[in-house]
Amino acid sequence: MSNQDLIGKAGLPERLYLTVKQHIGTEGQLQVAVGDQVLKGQALTRSTNLFSLPIHAPTSGQITAIGPHVSAHPSGMAELTVEITPDGQDRWHSLTPLPDYQQLPKIKIIEAICDAGIAGMGGAGFPTHIKVSPKKDVEFLIINGAECEPYITADDRLMREHAWQIRQGIDVLCHLLNPGHVLIAIEDNKPQAIQAMQVACQENPDYIVCPIPTKYPAGGEKQLIQVLTGREVPHGRLPIDVGVIMQNVGTCFAVADAIFTGKPLIQRVVTLTGEAMQRPSNVWALLGTPVNHLLAQAGYQAQRQNTPRLIMGGPMMGFSLVSDQVPVVKSTNCILAPTDQEMILPEEEQACIRCSACADACPVSLLPQQLYWHSKAKELDKAQDYHLFDCIECGACAYVCPSQIPLVHYYRVAKAQVRQQEEEKQKADKARDRFEARKERLEQEKTERELKHQQAAEARRQAMASKETQASSNAAAALDRAKQRQALDQPASDSGSNDRVAAAIARAKARKEAQAAEGNTVAPAEQPPEQNKQDKVAAAIARAKAKKAAQAAENTQASDNAPAETDKQAKVAAAVARAKAKKAAQAAEKTETSDSTPAETDKQAKVAAAVARAKAKKAAQAAEKTATSDSAPAETDKQAKVAAAVARAKARKAAQEASTDNQSDTPAEAKEKPVKAPRAPRKVNKTATDNAKAETDDPKAQRIAAAIEQAKARKVQKDQAAKPTDEEPGIAMAPEVTIDEDKKQRVAAAIAKAKARKAKQNAQSSAANQQENTEE
Amino acid sequence: MTLLYALFAIGLLALVFGLVLGYAAIRFKVESDPLVEQIDAILPQTQCGQCGFPGCRPYAEAIANGDDINKCPPGGEATIKQLADLMGVEAKPLDGAHGEADVKRVAFIREDECIGCTKCIQACPVDAIVGASKQMHTVISAECTGCDLCVEPCPVDCIDMLPVKPTAASWRWQLDAIPVKTLD
Repeated sequence: MSNQDLIGKAGLPERLYLTVKQHIGTEGQLQVAVGDQVLKGQALTRSTNLFSLPIHAPTSGQITAIGPHVSAHPSGMAELTVEITPDGQDRWHSLTPLPDYQQLPKIKIIEAICDAGIAGMGGAGFPTHIKVSPKKDVEFLIINGAECEPYITADDRLMREHAWQIRQGIDVLCHLLNPGHVLIAIEDNKPQAIQAMQVACQENPDYIVCPIPTKYPAGGEKQLIQVLTGREVPHGRLPIDVGVIMQNVGTCFAVADAIFTGKPLIQRVVTLTGEAMQRPSNVWALLGTPVNHLLAQAGYQAQRQNTPRLIMGGPMMGFSLVSDQVPVVKSTNCILAPTDQEMILPEEEQACIRCSACADACPVSLLPQQLYWHSKAKELDKAQDYHLFDCIECGACAYVCPSQIPLVHYYRVAKAQVRQQEEEKQKADKARDRFEARKERLEQEKTERELKHQQAAEARRQAMASKETQASSNAAAALDRAKQRQALDQPASDSGSNDRVAAAIARAKARKEAQAAEGNTVAPAEQPPEQNKQDKVAAAIARAKAKKAAQAAENTQASDNAPAETDKQAKVAAAVARAKAKKAAQAAEKTETSDSTPAETDKQAKVAAAVARAKAKKAAQAAEKTATSDSAPAETDKQAKVAAAVARAKARKAAQEASTDNQSDTPAEAKEKPVKAPRAPRKVNKTATDNAKAETDDPKAQRIAAAIEQAKARKVQKDQAAKPTDEEPGIAMAPEVTIDEDKKQRVAAAIAKAKARKAKQNAQSSAANQQENTEE
Repeated sequence: MTLLYALFAIGLLALVFGLVLGYAAIRFKVESDPLVEQIDAILPQTQCGQCGFPGCRPYAEAIANGDDINKCPPGGEATIKQLADLMGVEAKPLDGAHGEADVKRVAFIREDECIGCTKCIQACPVDAIVGASKQMHTVISAECTGCDLCVEPCPVDCIDMLPVKPTAASWRWQLDAIPVKTLD
């Protein structure tokens, strides 16, 4: 009834709904966005893998939405859909036909077929480009011109009207597949189609048009193969395993379109039929056309149906549509709108009477009864034993069933359950793998952590051990210190360690002490008691300052551990201390120079000397302490010893000088002074150099300098001794002259320093003896 | 004398057959899955611990040692049936003490509420949560087994267990759909 007229044009609907996934496989990747203007034939998605196909814009227009829309699926579930509002201009995208396909490599042609988005148009929608690139030799290429189901006439009309183009498509497929035979199967109830195809194929004797008996479901792939070749596709295998490839005539037409004109698959023939339609016909429907647009064209009258019922596909295998907004997809071959008389609604299911009519009807020779029992009881493995998955769901069994049992429905549910179980099993396996991987990882992390802990513990143990040795060394040092303290009574302190800082401090102190003592002694006669007191105060201040400086130096020393840094810091501190001491000494000198009173007693001088000695001792002790606190290497030990000895010696020297000065004060004061006076001019320079040298803190250089100085001093002394009377009167009689006095002070300081140097030298050569002497 | 011959012949035969059988036992040994492996293959591997064991495998071991087969709510009736078949025992209804069979759910993290504490990551038995410290976390829904173990540790309660939405691929024909009849 629908095959009487030419294939009409469905025309442009208001909106086109292009489901992104219209075939078996995976969906392509969207390439457009809402608001984009698209041209007819423009790809909307891109094929990202072997099993994905692109979709194309069926007409030019604007993309108004991309989102879920009811799909052409039994569930009617919303799927991702591109909505296009046509602009009515139908402008074509640029097309790239391949008319010289025979010169091109096969892969290019297959690529073109894939890019045209061609999927099997018989109903299943399997991607054609996979089908035309088989791994095995093809003996038979079967072109399926048998309609899947009654009612459908789309292929019939297509063959009648476009036999030539179908033949072109067959040519392309033959080029790709190189089949031994090409069979074009057409049911014998379509004589016009058979004739048209015979005319189209008469040039090529290899193409055989085979009329086949009209018996449902002859259009089924496996059934048709059996009818034509007598071969049966084994359970769970594909037709290619028996050397057969089957293509629908619609697919051939689309392939010819894609290769010779470059047009992608954007439209297909859809049969609109059923008694509820006024004008049953075949139309070229753009993909994405909503069903209601087609129904309006065919004059669908809903009032002819008691229950509105629209079926996509044939009466046997089709599914009821949940909405008339469902779009046409690549595999939509028929829209059926039957009246209630035409297709009786299924009545209530009765008990199976084991009539076995279903087994007689089954085209695949299954045992529908057994499948039914097992499916109903959810004994899925047993149902699978009865080859549940060989069922093509043709519906013949349910059609013949006197008990109105929807057998196919049971099989579909059972199949879905089996698939779901398999899916769950796969998921469970994956979860198990991940769980085990995680367990393994955690275990590994644990062992790693343990290893790290072990290493850390070992390191700690080692650190403890080293600390212990350090502690023992510390204890030894403490013992040493105690011994030294003991030894201080008889200052044979060969303690051991020191550092330059302490030595410098000690030296500075000693120098200051010496100066102070000298100051006290140099101008004793002139000092009045009152001035003497002042002098002492000044000295005390100086001492206090020096002490403070020493303490500061000590503190800085104690607070830091890094030897290099300590050294530097200590040096700085020492320099500061030295500067302070110098300043203090200068101050003392100044106070001293300012007074012109000579009165000084022996006792006072001695006291000062004693104080100086005590201080020096203290300084030495401090130096030792600081020295013990830091772990200086053995090398510095020696140095430190030397420096300590030097400091002690200096202090002693200062004391000695004070005492000798004192002693010679009364008898040879007049003599002393002239001696010092002539030395003064030279000595001033020396002092300067001395100071500079002292700052270098190099013991060796100091020693040398000291030696030189000593020699010079001796020479000067000798000179003085040779001609003491010459200058004696002039200078000796002028102690009141302030400049002279100042000079004298400086000279005295220089002498003290020189002596200290000498003492240091001595100390170095025989430290023990010196210490004993000091004690004396 | 005949007696000795007979004894000798029988003894020889016994020796030969013994050797042949002994060799065959080694040469054609059938590697069969240990029971625990088979049980573990049936269990749904959600690792949820609802059975009271720390994971599916420990429960599989317990079943092999005679524990009840009806303690797995995620597996539901189908799993119990399979286990009953395997173990040769009567299928029992699911033990309600371990929870009820429910629709499949997957965890979903409300990402703007996530504080990035990584507690759920540590809890997830199948490493289905990605994220780093102080960074937002998210669930790989394809890998999520719906075990609920991440919900408890979340300090800000930003994890929901959402039922998996059916898609066209996961849709099943409904056998028990009530046929609608229109009455005139």
